[in-house]
Amino acid sequence: MADEERDLIEILEENKPIDTNKYTRYVRSPKCGAIATFEGTTRDTFEGKEVLELKYEAYVPMAIRCLKSLCSSARASWDIHSIAVAHCLGTVPVGETSVFVAISSVHRADALDACKFLIDELKASVPIWKKEVYTNGEVWKENKEFIERIPDLGKTLHDQAGACSGKKEVEARERKSCCGTKVKVNDETSDSCS
Amino acid sequence: MVDKQIDSKDEETLQNEDESRSLQIKFLFFARARDLTGMTEMPLEVSYGSTAGDCLNKVISRFPRLEEIRGCMLLARNEEYTPESTTVKDGDELAIIPPISGG
Repeated sequence: MADEERDLIEILEENKPIDTNKYTRYVRSPKCGAIATFEGTTRDTFEGKEVLELKYEAYVPMAIRCLKSLCSSARASWDIHSIAVAHCLGTVPVGETSVFVAISSVHRADALDACKFLIDELKASVPIWKKEVYTNGEVWKENKEFIERIPDLGKTLHDQAGACSGKKEVEARERKSCCGTKVKVNDETSDSCS
Repeated sequence: MVDKQIDSKDEETLQNEDESRSLQIKFLFFARARDLTGMTEMPLEVSYGSTAGDCLNKVISRFPRLEEIRGCMLLARNEEYTPESTTVKDGDELAIIPPISGG
C-alpha cells in the first residue's frame, strides 16, 4: 500500500493522565467512516477489597516494540487507516483511564475488530505491570491472557521479526474469525509480520 | 608478518580465544521480580556458550526467592521474548518478565 501508515504509540510519563481526545483526533480522517475506541479504567474493588490506587510500570522500550508489532499485525488483518495506543505509568487513581486505543477505518467492522484485537493482545503480551494498593497491602496483578500465552511466547524465536507477536496472533485472529461476523482473515497476510 | 591470509586455523584460534572469554550480560528486574531481588538490574558474568536459561539459573541461585515466579515468568533478550535455550552474546540485555498486567 502506498498509503502512509499512521501509528501513534505512547507510553506516557509517570503520573501523566491520558488525554483521550488527542488520540481520537490523531486517527480522525475524512477518508474514514469509523473510529473505534477502547478506554480501560481502573476499578475500585477487587474481590471485595477496596482498591485505593493502581501503580503501573513498564519495560518501556520493549513495550513500544511490542505495540509496534501488534499494530503491524492488525494492519495485516484489517483495513485500517490510523492507530493510536496510549498507556499510563505511575499512579492512576481509581476511576481514571489507564489505557486508550483508537482506530479508524473506512468501514466500522475493521476498526471495531482491530480495536478488540489490539487491547486483547496488549493484555496478553506487552510488558506492563500494575500493582493494586489496598488499605491493608498491595498485590501485583496478573493478566490471565498472559498466563495462557506463556508457552507460545517462550517459544518465539528471537531472530524472527516481531518477536512479541508471531504465530499466536494468527491463532487469535482465527479464533476471532469463527465467532466474529465479517472479520477479514487474509491468510497471506499472516506472514507479513515476520 | 604473514598477514592477509586468514586460513581456517586462524579462525579456530580466534574462536578458542572467544570460548575462554566470559560474557557480560545485563539482567533487568521488573515488578515482582524487582520486589523479590530488591534491585532493578545487575551485571552478570557467564561463560561463553551459556543460554538465557543458564543465566536465569545463575540469577535464581543468587536470589532464591525468584523461584516463586519461576513457573509463570518469561525471559526477554534485547527487548524480545526469548526461549531459554537461546545462546546469549556479550552485551546482551536479559529481563525477567513476571506475569504482566497492563490494561
